[in-house]
Amino acid sequence: MLDTRDILETIQMIHQENLDIRTITMGISLFDCVSEDEKRLCQKVYDKITRRAERLVSVGEEIEKQYGIPIVNKRVSVTPVSLIGGTLTSDGYVHLAQTLERAAEQLGINFIGGFSALVHKGMTESDRNLLGAIPQALAQTRLVCSSVNVATTKAGINMDAIAQMGSIIKQTAYLTRDEQSIGCAKLVVFANVPEDNPFMAGAFHGVGEPEAVINVGVSGPGVVSSAIRRAGDCDLSALAEVIKKTAFKITRVGQLVASEAARRLDTPFGIVDLSLAPTPAIGDSVAQILEDMGLESTGAHGTTAALAMLNDAVKKGGVMASSHVGGLSGAFIPVSEDAGMIAAVNRGALSIEKLEAMTAVCSVGLDMIAVPGDTPEEVLCGIIADEISIGVANTKTTAVRVIPAYGMKEGDRVSFGGLLGEAPIMALRPYSPAAFIRRGGRIPAPIHSLKN
Amino acid sequence: MKAVITVTGKDNVGIIAKVSAVCADYKANILEISQTVLHEYFAMIMLCDIADLSVSFMEFSDSLTRLGKETGLDIHALHEDIFNSMHKI
Repeated sequence: MLDTRDILETIQMIHQENLDIRTITMGISLFDCVSEDEKRLCQKVYDKITRRAERLVSVGEEIEKQYGIPIVNKRVSVTPVSLIGGTLTSDGYVHLAQTLERAAEQLGINFIGGFSALVHKGMTESDRNLLGAIPQALAQTRLVCSSVNVATTKAGINMDAIAQMGSIIKQTAYLTRDEQSIGCAKLVVFANVPEDNPFMAGAFHGVGEPEAVINVGVSGPGVVSSAIRRAGDCDLSALAEVIKKTAFKITRVGQLVASEAARRLDTPFGIVDLSLAPTPAIGDSVAQILEDMGLESTGAHGTTAALAMLNDAVKKGGVMASSHVGGLSGAFIPVSEDAGMIAAVNRGALSIEKLEAMTAVCSVGLDMIAVPGDTPEEVLCGIIADEISIGVANTKTTAVRVIPAYGMKEGDRVSFGGLLGEAPIMALRPYSPAAFIRRGGRIPAPIHSLKN
Repeated sequence: MKAVITVTGKDNVGIIAKVSAVCADYKANILEISQTVLHEYFAMIMLCDIADLSVSFMEFSDSLTRLGKETGLDIHALHEDIFNSMHKI
């Protein structure tokens, strides 16, 4: 028989330490929906998504019951719509976003991602129209998520696109001002975006992916925290072992759920994403892990080192537990979605500069950070350019999800509720990067991109 | 197909009988039982064969959860694969 301690450990992880499967995300290709006629395109998109993912939610619930583990989100990601929109105008793209929303509502899923464009080297007319539609699309829908890839290590950084994103984020904040600029929480700017990411708001179904695929994102900061506390006063080599073993167990559950979902939905298994994804719930915090490792507060000097070690140990433990690992795979450090991060900002221990440094050693970037509503566009562009450079120079994914909360100033707070949590408005540097951003063009790819 | 039923909580009279009765009602065959009582704290683990279950696993698990609520105990029925995946290589 199974070992009693092992059984009780699993039960404790699920019921006391918030172990859950954060998301089962079904990726769906929309390439066969292409049509010159807007109405026909929208109809085909709606039909395909609702047919392909028809059983996603019910199968997710069945698996939840069978293994006794909560599956918090069921989501769909689709081909970046700028690739299938063809001749759509910006208005047409807004209609397409509404179609995605209707499909998501019909399925009962939590989010749908893929209102996206890949513009790291330049923009097509279709990309341009999609970007123009983002603010309205996010204002008129609740479940649609948007992402734009503005750089890769191979192509360099498209600064023209970054300049445009600054303006798009501001418009989105304005159009959703009645809900504390929540639209910006559904929009991510990426460097080196992964094509199989199951997490929102950045999920889309990449061009190299099959017709449909099941990707799973695990969670479990609470489990890692508890394991570290149990380990007591050991040295860091021993602590790394503890984290690895815990990550292995967490990821095995992800692998089990992913293969079972793939089997039941008759859809190939894609990847398990090894990210430690926090929630605003107490005890489900990445910041808490860092503090359990020995920091007085996240943001203290030493935070980057602790996070680098945590991130590495999670990957090492997780990679052996899954047949295919992908997506973002690393510790997430969103501010609003992590009670420990919020507390660190509130006590003045964690600044945006420290967060930026932390993103150099983990996924995914400056995430869910609220800044004053009157932040100039160019400053947002500067924030994006800095973060994207870290990704490009380090050949890793980085991203920015920043919320210039309309009408709010430093010291105020936004509160979105649910998984999106709440965030104090953070201070920014008052100096302008406007002349640098105005130069436009592309920052060339770094020398180490020339590997062939 | 096997399921693991875990029952934890304060010890009281007839816990095993009540859980066994649900198993019998739904034709879950109990293969092994192990239990420990530490002070007043009770932990029981049951391994059941659920191949011939008369209802869906979801219903079976729901009725055990209900029993747990009625008796003030924490009762969960989980497919054994989750334990095998987590703890065996």
